[in-house]
Amino acid sequence: MTEKVLAVNDLTMHYMTRKGPVFAVDGVTFHVDRGEAIGLVGESGCGKTSIAISLLKLLPNNAKILNGEIRINDTDVVPLTDNEMNKYRWKDISMVFQAAMNSMNPVYTVEEQILEAMREHMPQLSDKEMDEKIDHLFTLVGLDPTLKDQYPHQYSGGMRQRAVIAMALSCDPDIIIADEPTTALDVIVQDAILKRVREIQEKLNMAMIYISHDIAVIAEVSKRVGVMYAGKLVEMASTEAIFHRPVHPYTMALMSSFPSIVGEKADLVTLAGEPPDLLNPPSGCRFHPRCPYATEICHEQEPEFRDHGADHFAACWHPGGEK
Amino acid sequence: MTQDNNILVDVQNLSKLFPIGQGVFKQAASFVHAVSELNLQIKRGESVGLVGESGCGKTTTGKLLTRLLDPTDGNIILDTDEGQVDIAHMRGKKMKIFRRRVQMIFQDPYESMNPRLTIYDTVAEPLNVQGVGSVAEREARVADLLETVGLAPASSFLFRYPHELSGGQRQRVAIARALVINPDFVVADEPTSMLDVSVRTGVMHLMQDLADRFGVTYLYITHDLAVARYMCDRIAVMYLGKIVEIGDTEDVLQNPQHPYTKALISAVPVPDPTYTREPIKIKGGVSRPVDPAPRCRFYDRCPLADKVCESNDHPPLEDKGGGHQAACYHV
Amino acid sequence: MSTLSSSAEIIYVPLWRVRLRLFWRSVKTNWATFTENPIGLLGLGLIIFFGLFALAHPILMNTAWERKVYDPVNGFDIEIPFHPSPPSAKHLLGTDPMGRDVLSQLMFSTRFEFALGMISALVTVLIATTIGAVSAYYGGVIDVILMRVVDLVIMVPFLPILIVMSALMHVGMLELALVIGILSGFGGTAIVIKSQALTVKVKPYIEAARISGGGDFHIIFTHMVPNLLPIALLYMMFVVTSAIFSEAVLSFFGLTEIDMSWGLMINTTQVFGYLMRFDTWYLLIPASLAITLLCAAFYLVGRALDEVVNPRLRER
Repeated sequence: MTEKVLAVNDLTMHYMTRKGPVFAVDGVTFHVDRGEAIGLVGESGCGKTSIAISLLKLLPNNAKILNGEIRINDTDVVPLTDNEMNKYRWKDISMVFQAAMNSMNPVYTVEEQILEAMREHMPQLSDKEMDEKIDHLFTLVGLDPTLKDQYPHQYSGGMRQRAVIAMALSCDPDIIIADEPTTALDVIVQDAILKRVREIQEKLNMAMIYISHDIAVIAEVSKRVGVMYAGKLVEMASTEAIFHRPVHPYTMALMSSFPSIVGEKADLVTLAGEPPDLLNPPSGCRFHPRCPYATEICHEQEPEFRDHGADHFAACWHPGGEK
Repeated sequence: MTQDNNILVDVQNLSKLFPIGQGVFKQAASFVHAVSELNLQIKRGESVGLVGESGCGKTTTGKLLTRLLDPTDGNIILDTDEGQVDIAHMRGKKMKIFRRRVQMIFQDPYESMNPRLTIYDTVAEPLNVQGVGSVAEREARVADLLETVGLAPASSFLFRYPHELSGGQRQRVAIARALVINPDFVVADEPTSMLDVSVRTGVMHLMQDLADRFGVTYLYITHDLAVARYMCDRIAVMYLGKIVEIGDTEDVLQNPQHPYTKALISAVPVPDPTYTREPIKIKGGVSRPVDPAPRCRFYDRCPLADKVCESNDHPPLEDKGGGHQAACYHV
Repeated sequence: MSTLSSSAEIIYVPLWRVRLRLFWRSVKTNWATFTENPIGLLGLGLIIFFGLFALAHPILMNTAWERKVYDPVNGFDIEIPFHPSPPSAKHLLGTDPMGRDVLSQLMFSTRFEFALGMISALVTVLIATTIGAVSAYYGGVIDVILMRVVDLVIMVPFLPILIVMSALMHVGMLELALVIGILSGFGGTAIVIKSQALTVKVKPYIEAARISGGGDFHIIFTHMVPNLLPIALLYMMFVVTSAIFSEAVLSFFGLTEIDMSWGLMINTTQVFGYLMRFDTWYLLIPASLAITLLCAAFYLVGRALDEVVNPRLRER
């Protein structure tokens, strides 16, 4: 029986800038089942990081959620105040940030930083229990527990990443959002950490949203993938369907523009144009200026995000490139 | 395009040592051997990839070849109209002339341009500094090149500032700048790693196109094996300052010989959910090559390591057939 | 050798005109940012006021004011029996103990205060930028030597040097301006500019310039200095403040050989024993207020300039 750990309905969020509102997330709807790992892929400015911070309501001052619901374990957290939201953060939903190196406080030991979160959300545990839990977490992520009283700068890049993952796991969340956690790491270290994360996820039956611009990584860690473009979710389906039977022209282009070291050396597709300016997005379908299949209607009307069969969702007037 | 078999760049025994703990009044306690006795021959018109993880010395090698850093030892022989020239220890006026032959494309499209200079100033800088042509000729040349790299019409880009351009556009400007003085050899240091995926392929295609059209020889430095596969004729894999494997790209990637190369290739994620990858496990993490012991540099992580590897010096590159070389005692 | 191929006829406008147009555009953008901050406008308003104030003096001297009575240094009003005299219709701010019109003195001094400030600031910026850029760029022994000189200058107290100087030589406005400029230039400003220069030095575009064949001179002057000028300009404002204030203090102590300045006006007041008296407020307040306001004006402009200088660095 799959229950939804996270359900996002028609989420719209904007940043208020000097030149006007930027709709970084526009009408996004998706869900994550318990224990499921989904991927969110897209380029810079597509809104994937904006979604991540919206889910945890860690919005900067000039950002606001205008519309939609975020249901965590069936409770809508959008109307909650920051204090009320604190009860959910780290405990129900937690996050591994981009550039994890910088999300650790350099003047506290790693242990202290994890304890801080635990004391806040699990006050019922005794000091000894918390200590044991940290040891357990360290082993889980592949770190030597004796190193827990060191400072972040004493850790290597890979170790810091593992420490941040341990922090995110410390209060037994139901879902973790990992925003480009391995982007800055070397490929061998990345491989080890991804393997570890997959094991943890399966073992704890934890849900995950894996955000990245690297579709190769997404292909390996997620069961379902959502493709974002210019603040909109343009396609969502099982990983296999997205890679082998993409429906939205953007996804199609994306899949063919990624070089791979295995298999035949196929020609790479170049996508014309640039990602749009979100201050003044194109009318109708936001992808139409770059789409090789665009017609009148794409220019005028935004396509609906609907099921094209077998739980394969896309927002396109010409799915699969057909005219 | 016709390739003559001349060797354009012949790197012989190149080394670069960085002192640790040296002050104005203090001698260095130990050294980081960033690049150790590197040998590499790059033929005219070919595109050679230098791949490896962080700390392997590939960026340092790139900087040595463009003389942004001075080599501690070794020779870099450049084949020019005036014969073979060793640029490793050149100074002064001759250096300036050498600068016309070797150029570089940098990784960061945001930081590799002076934000206060216009695009024209940035691209024309090599011409200005070298005193080539009149002002009108320079403007024409820059405009020409901007259109060649896909920034057309040139007049609308010429006097804009870097912050008005996107990342992909900036990198095209960087390519224009590298080619404006008609160099023989271009070192490209991760030119696409900071670009969005959909923009990346455009720039990659552009670089290949220009290589075909103008016969530019590239040294392509990258950590991304997949990109190297597309951009390079030959690949050299570096580890802790040494080349451990080198050969034709497809040969090295499909038939790796060195245990490090095998581990590296097996760790690269594949954008195909139906493909099962089998990563080769190796111990530990990469560290800096500080005062390395006289044995194989890969000794403490290698699954094949044994007494032979420990008691002998770092293995030399040996030909394993068809120009494919690997530095290992057990292959 | 490279052959320059000339393709499309795209260049209609000569380069210098393009640069002028670009410069004007950047001035307008910076002005827009600057004027967003009311502090900056206030400061600028004050500066303009003082500027007009200074300009008004020669006009008045040549029209409404009789030279014999209103000359700021040598004037004397015979008609008033006792000097200093309080503000009246004839002397809007009264007269000082030596019979000279206070308002005239105030206005006359303004031009020297401006000149003093500007010259000091210019000298400071020239020296500090050069030291900062050279020190950061070359590093090593040059850096060590220059920084030790800077340390020395910072350590030694400012005013005592000026006091000693005044004992040894003629300290007029120009000499004072130069000395203040040199001492500030070798001081804290150099360190700030050096640290900025260090951040510029490691940028890839400096490497790109070197690869183009640019020598040290080219890199320092084409790349580093233009990126240092905004911060230098900023600190210039603070130097003006410091210069005006230092002169006031020195003049108050009678250590300068200047004909007339605001500090000197206060000195005259003190020498004649009218300093701490309420009834002769017009001898002390106008001059003090002028010093305070002009210093504040430059400081406020400096603060507003900070906003112009910094977002530019953040802008991508």
